[in-house]
Amino acid sequence: MALLEVDNLQTHFRTPEGINRAVDGVSFHVDEGETLAIVGESGCGKSVTSMSLMRLIAEPPGRIAGSIRFQGKELLQLSEREMRAIRGNDISMIFQEPMTSLNPVLTVGRQIGETLRMHQGLDKQGAEARAIEMLTLVGIPEPVRRVREYPHQLSGGMRQRVMIAMALACNPKLLIADEPTTALDVTIQAQILQLMLGLKRRVGAAIVLITHDLGVVAEIAERVMVMYAGRKVEEAPVTELFRSPRHPYTQGLLGAVPKLGSSLTGAARRLAEIPGQVPSLKGRIEGCVFAGRCSLATDLCRQVAPGLEEKGPRHIAACHYARKEAAAA
Amino acid sequence: MSAPLLQVNDLKKHFPVRGGLFSRKSNWVYAVDGVSFEVERGETLSLVGESGCGKSTVGRAILRLFDITAGQVVLDGQRIDDLSPGGLRSMRRRVQVVFQDPFSSLNPRMRVRDILAEPIRNFGLAKSAAELDAKVAALVDTVRLPRDALGRRPHEFSGGQRQRIGIARALAAEPELIVCDEAVSALDVSVKAQIVNLLQDLQREFGLALLFISHDLAVVEHMTHRVAVMYLGKIVEMAGRQQIFTAPRHPYTKALLSAVPVPEPGAIRNPIILKGDVPSPINPPSGCRFHTRCPFVFDRCRTEEPELRSTEDGQWVACHLKALPEAPGPAH
Ligand SMILES: Nc1ncnc2c1ncn2[C@@H]1O[C@H](COP(=O)(O)OP(=O)(O)OP(=O)(O)O)[C@@H](O)[C@H]1O
Ligand SMILES: Nc1ncnc2c1ncn2[C@@H]1O[C@H](COP(=O)(O)OP(=O)(O)OP(=O)(O)O)[C@@H](O)[C@H]1O
Ligand code: SF4
Ligand code: SF4
Ligand SMILES: [Mg+2]
Ligand SMILES: [Mg+2]
Repeated sequence: MALLEVDNLQTHFRTPEGINRAVDGVSFHVDEGETLAIVGESGCGKSVTSMSLMRLIAEPPGRIAGSIRFQGKELLQLSEREMRAIRGNDISMIFQEPMTSLNPVLTVGRQIGETLRMHQGLDKQGAEARAIEMLTLVGIPEPVRRVREYPHQLSGGMRQRVMIAMALACNPKLLIADEPTTALDVTIQAQILQLMLGLKRRVGAAIVLITHDLGVVAEIAERVMVMYAGRKVEEAPVTELFRSPRHPYTQGLLGAVPKLGSSLTGAARRLAEIPGQVPSLKGRIEGCVFAGRCSLATDLCRQVAPGLEEKGPRHIAACHYARKEAAAA
Repeated sequence: MSAPLLQVNDLKKHFPVRGGLFSRKSNWVYAVDGVSFEVERGETLSLVGESGCGKSTVGRAILRLFDITAGQVVLDGQRIDDLSPGGLRSMRRRVQVVFQDPFSSLNPRMRVRDILAEPIRNFGLAKSAAELDAKVAALVDTVRLPRDALGRRPHEFSGGQRQRIGIARALAAEPELIVCDEAVSALDVSVKAQIVNLLQDLQREFGLALLFISHDLAVVEHMTHRVAVMYLGKIVEMAGRQQIFTAPRHPYTKALLSAVPVPEPGAIRNPIILKGDVPSPINPPSGCRFHTRCPFVFDRCRTEEPELRSTEDGQWVACHLKALPEAPGPAH
């Protein structure tokens, strides 16, 4: 049995201009001890998906439908009280924007400690000691002093690491990490990725990693799910996906990754773009969601939405023209 | 030659912090401790370095978001670090910032239309209501947001969309210099490319200068002219793009570049792992600040601080070593 099973997740927002279908029928699973990466264009629904798993979408204007089973339990049917016992303990989340989830008027020690006192029944001293230990683990110098500081006294990357410390403090079974290392330099990033992998080894935790950094994906993910405009468009084991992406969006994405070494070729160059824009999520999209930007699009694409089909071993993609076997190199 | 657009001379910013648990004496965080650089019109200078080394503090000092401890910030020949609030007004238009934390820098109660109209109105950049509307609409197109974004409030957007609102707001003031503090870090590769290419276009067309603070070294390598590498409140190396990326001279720069993950599963890399704890800017190490973690450390490094000196080919380096050995000595 998978640790987490998401089936036909639909998270929509009511807005004055109509319904925003931020996540529109996404299904996936994560096994115990597995790392699943979710990648995709800005605004395609990655954070909304993860906030839905935590049931942190304000309803209204949001509305979550479908099924989210964690250890066999249907999360969408739990009461808010039952959900609170799970959040931060069994499932915890590293949020994309630290400042919005840290409380500006509490010291970072209090904030890490609060989770520990609530879920692990530690007393004040015990919680502070553990908070200091966690700050040490995420590489914050002088943790004994820092534990008494407020978020605004920390650098951007330190705030991000405080949140990581908070998320890891209770040894969750499922860690949802939404852009966990955007504010970190590559050396500290490597240290944080090791910490996350350590959690996996120690307690068999599963990780859902959302990131725009395909270098990080290549480094620690086992499987990758590609989203576009609120849908899943491709999914495959990480090596397979990087070696033979089948969906034209994924191909464009991988082709646009800037790599080190560009200065060898002389003057500064333009970065590669995928031309065009994501379609509006208001109103139903007929046909393929990528058709407006796809160089292969035909009338069929514009009329009939492609379903997710098997294109290789454990490899699925939603495209009428994606080839089944690996493209001959 | 005319003066550079921005000159920063021996900038220092020390924050007071509470003393240790039982001490009543207050201490200082030496966040930025003697930093000098220049940015020319039409130039991009990137500021890179470890989390907490003082990059955002440099950016905020240039914007006069607080009083600096020592040093000078000179914009177009005029000192701005000691300007009165009245004098600051015109400088505020010329220098804009895209903050590292987009959400906390956007007013949650304002709609995007008003967020973008505010600087245009404040600085009198539109002659009529129609021109104002046109400018605001052009801005959302520029940062690749849908037009219906105008009527929405910041919380209704994704992280990367919010970052783009911050970028549009900075562009609205038609500045000469933008401090981009992790301005594109929350964007996917394609939107990131669109925004970076746009900044480069503005640079070519209007001579826009950029102070580009970023952890994304591949993007920095693609678009920057020069790079300044910071470590614990100081610049340890500064040079042209190609020199930094192909022939780094400072051991920290070398370690940093070696740790960049490669977008290729199973790729073989040889990262230089920095051992030892990250030192604190409250008690910076004696001598060379990098000596507690440097794979090449020798006696002199522990007592004598290396100066930032220029080499024959215009590369600035703060290290006692004349040349970097191929590999760290056997002692490590
Ligand atoms: N509270 C809300 N009300 C209305 N629309 C919302 C709300 N929150 C998110 N959205 C919309 O849902 C869509 C998906 O947003 P989401 O935050 O999941 O994107 P994302 O994939 O995480 O992008 P990024 O990479 O930029 O963080 C976006 O179009 C966004 O504007
Ligand atoms: N308002 C403040 N009060 C006290 N200390 C501060 C304040 N702002 C920053 N600092 C300290 O100054 C140092 C440098 O912080 P800064 O934000 O400049 O780092 P940074 O290089 O931008 O790091 P990051 O890459 O993590 O964003 C840190 O030790 C930080 O804790
Ligand atoms: S279904 Fe058609 S439009 Fe969609 S990705 Fe495939 S080829 Fe392109
Ligand atoms: S001065 Fe010494 S410790 Fe500092 S970087 Fe150079 S070799 Fe390393
Ligand atoms: Mg997001
Ligand atoms: Mg910063």
